[in-house]
Amino acid sequence: MTLPAEKAPAAGPAAGKLVAEHVTVVFGHGRRAHTVLDDVGLTVPEGTTVGLVGESGSGKSTLAKAMVGLVRPRSGRILLDGAEVSGLRGARLTAARRRIQLISQDPNSSLDPRMRIGRALAEAIDPRRADPRAHADQIAAGLEMVALEPDAARRHPHEFSGGQRQRIAIARALVARPEVVVADEITSALDCSVQAEVLNLLARLRAELRLTMLFISHDLAVVRHVSDSVAVMHRGAIVERGDIYAAPSHPYTRRLLASAPSLPPKETR
Amino acid sequence: MIRSSRGLAAGLAGLGLIAVLAVAAPLVWGGDAAHLSGAAREGVSGEHWLGTDALGRDVLARTLVATRLTLVMTVIATAIAGTIGVLLGTAVWVAGPRVREIGLRLIDVMVSYPAIILALAVAAILGAGTVAAVVAIGVAWSPAFARLTANLAASVAGRDFVSAARLLGVPPHRILVRHLLPNIAEPLLVLLSVAFAGTLTALSGLSFIGLGVQAPSYDWGALLNTGLDALYTNPAEALGPAVAITLTGVLAGFVGDGLAAGADPHRVGIPGRVKKVPLPAAPPEDDGALLTVDGLCVSAGDVDLVDGVSFTVRPGEIVGVVGESGSGKSLTAMAVARLLPDTVTADARALRLDDLDLLAGAAPDRLATEIGVVYQDPAASFNPALRIGGQLTEVLRRHRGLGRRAARERAAEALDAVRITRPEARLRQHPHELSGGMRQRAMIASALLTGPRLLIADEPTTALDVTVQAEILELLREANRRDGTAMLFISHDIGVIASLCHRVLVMYAGRIVEELPVADLAAGRARHPYTRALLDATPRLDTDGDGGAELTTIPGRPPAPADRPAGCAFASRCALVMPRCTEERPAAVAVGTDHRAACHAVALTVEETAS
Repeated sequence: MTLPAEKAPAAGPAAGKLVAEHVTVVFGHGRRAHTVLDDVGLTVPEGTTVGLVGESGSGKSTLAKAMVGLVRPRSGRILLDGAEVSGLRGARLTAARRRIQLISQDPNSSLDPRMRIGRALAEAIDPRRADPRAHADQIAAGLEMVALEPDAARRHPHEFSGGQRQRIAIARALVARPEVVVADEITSALDCSVQAEVLNLLARLRAELRLTMLFISHDLAVVRHVSDSVAVMHRGAIVERGDIYAAPSHPYTRRLLASAPSLPPKETR
Repeated sequence: MIRSSRGLAAGLAGLGLIAVLAVAAPLVWGGDAAHLSGAAREGVSGEHWLGTDALGRDVLARTLVATRLTLVMTVIATAIAGTIGVLLGTAVWVAGPRVREIGLRLIDVMVSYPAIILALAVAAILGAGTVAAVVAIGVAWSPAFARLTANLAASVAGRDFVSAARLLGVPPHRILVRHLLPNIAEPLLVLLSVAFAGTLTALSGLSFIGLGVQAPSYDWGALLNTGLDALYTNPAEALGPAVAITLTGVLAGFVGDGLAAGADPHRVGIPGRVKKVPLPAAPPEDDGALLTVDGLCVSAGDVDLVDGVSFTVRPGEIVGVVGESGSGKSLTAMAVARLLPDTVTADARALRLDDLDLLAGAAPDRLATEIGVVYQDPAASFNPALRIGGQLTEVLRRHRGLGRRAARERAAEALDAVRITRPEARLRQHPHELSGGMRQRAMIASALLTGPRLLIADEPTTALDVTVQAEILELLREANRRDGTAMLFISHDIGVIASLCHRVLVMYAGRIVEELPVADLAAGRARHPYTRALLDATPRLDTDGDGGAELTTIPGRPPAPADRPAGCAFASRCALVMPRCTEERPAAVAVGTDHRAACHAVALTVEETAS
């Protein structure tokens, strides 16, 4: 597989499904200005998953927010299918937003505690009316996709475990029929055995739906498990991408890999 | 969800009665209230329970009849306040950031004026009269609603489900109605009942000073006004409306308190009673142990959160406790440190640090100096208002009796030992001036300062980045090698445990299911089905690079402490389950040196190999 090893090329359909081009994000003004992303280029080719690793404060979540349009870049562009989506406003922004969906870290905060699961999914299908009865079939299909029973639609978020809630959040993102999914630390808040359940689900969905995904995590092992290629972020810049596990070239990548606690080898049965 | 309470029920019932009175009173007593009896300013009598007024009308009847007008005015004023306030508060939230800033400041300014002053100003502009009073009070109370709505909306708007709705293309006004208002409704309801009591007194006040209801109409405030003239001859005339105002206000307060208490999610029901399961036999005594824990139970009410945990820590040994959330690993550690919250109690057959009995209450000096504790969140474990130096030297000066200078020298040495640069300068800094990793190192320095024999570390690296985590683990290893400090290290990450510890305890649903030397773990000799499942569920850096190889998952969920079965707690999720597993709690059987597993299936294979 060829990896997008160079800086993001000029726009074009072949360049990748979702592309960040020279994206710079600055928070604050004047003397208190703080550059969070510095000339970041990243390409997510269609049908693949790109992993993004980095430590807290490296800017990976800001890049996720910029990708989905929740943060406006100071300069640079976000391209979806070669067309710029950053800087859109009004109805065109709304339309573009639906094509890229964000799944966030905290399963306690990502679902409205007062809203039944069915209505939350109905809202993803039809944001204006959000009528669960009108879309019952689609909701059931969405729940089945994440291995939940159709009667889950009648329940509230607090009746589910953290892993189940995260699966519901994934279902909500997918029933909106997005072209790209940005997953920001979606397993960090989960216990190990529950994380395995979500990672297996992602693996299945990637194979079945040919998902295009930007998968962000601080956990090198998790990123390696789900991604086709990996980029490493450090202090607001992408320092390395490609096969970082076999042949890390940047000193920071090597330090990151050396720091990861290694698990005892698989048992011999 | 709002749960009911006695106060809420009493308040609602009382207000209901008053509402019925408001409807019925003018029909029943309307004639009496207007009837001029000719006996003016009469005292209390069997015919006139509260006497008569200057025109000889029955005061009790007038008080009862006035209920309708008073209540209608109060309800309308409260509704005006609520509507204007919620509209303002949400409009501020929907608007852009600049308008929001200005709007919020404006609301703040309005809130800082007492409602009654605002009402007087509005009433002065509109002139005296019923409508003017209602509008004035309604407007005056609206900033309170606006501020609460704006603040609550801001906190809800920051949550992920609101951004998710925005990304899905839900229009702002629908986000408002669908996501924001339902999530802030309860505090608004509480404020509504408080405002009801407030508007009632404010309206009565306006009428009392003659700015509100004008004759011939009358409300309780107006009655109070006329009653005041006869205060010395017939105090009952003022008493009637006064009692009515107070009673209604107090009932509204009851409703508000009841709503507030019912909306508080922290008030949970009392857990049910569970039957005690006999503990497995005590493991063989370990004579050389530094820490001995035998049959430790930590319970909340009748529910055992930690259920019969026994283990030892030898001098110089690092023992890791691994488990998922809710497994009781932190409670076990905190029970040893005697730092359990008040809501739970600990009990054990034995809980000893060498010769110090941790079950007996005394010896705070020895507790403070012989056990060091490092917590998960370095940001929360230091007092942000005090300098590092004062917090580090406190225990030395208090429990070791060191002087100020000697204590500071020792503290600086300790910071230097955890490789913090410029230790003298750091002692003068406040916690926020240090980075997260630096704070955790200072925390470790502080815990090691007294030369403790046991260091308890509860997820000390969970909040840290992986490179910082590696540094912290190295520091702990170093302290262990240098001073021989024994450690009890709690983590959910089996990789971290494997890289640091000598011996590992695996906890599940409040019990230890397996205890094994780290060499056995590293060699893949873990025996308990849960330990093996946990290892298989963890993605690894070394083997699977293809992406998407199936990880092992464990079906189902761990049982809640109150539903823990009589047999093995893992039985319902275990692939090796046998009939015996659901009936009898497995005892720990030795499967190697220092290696014990609490599993019937493992016990069976051990017996087979032995025979």
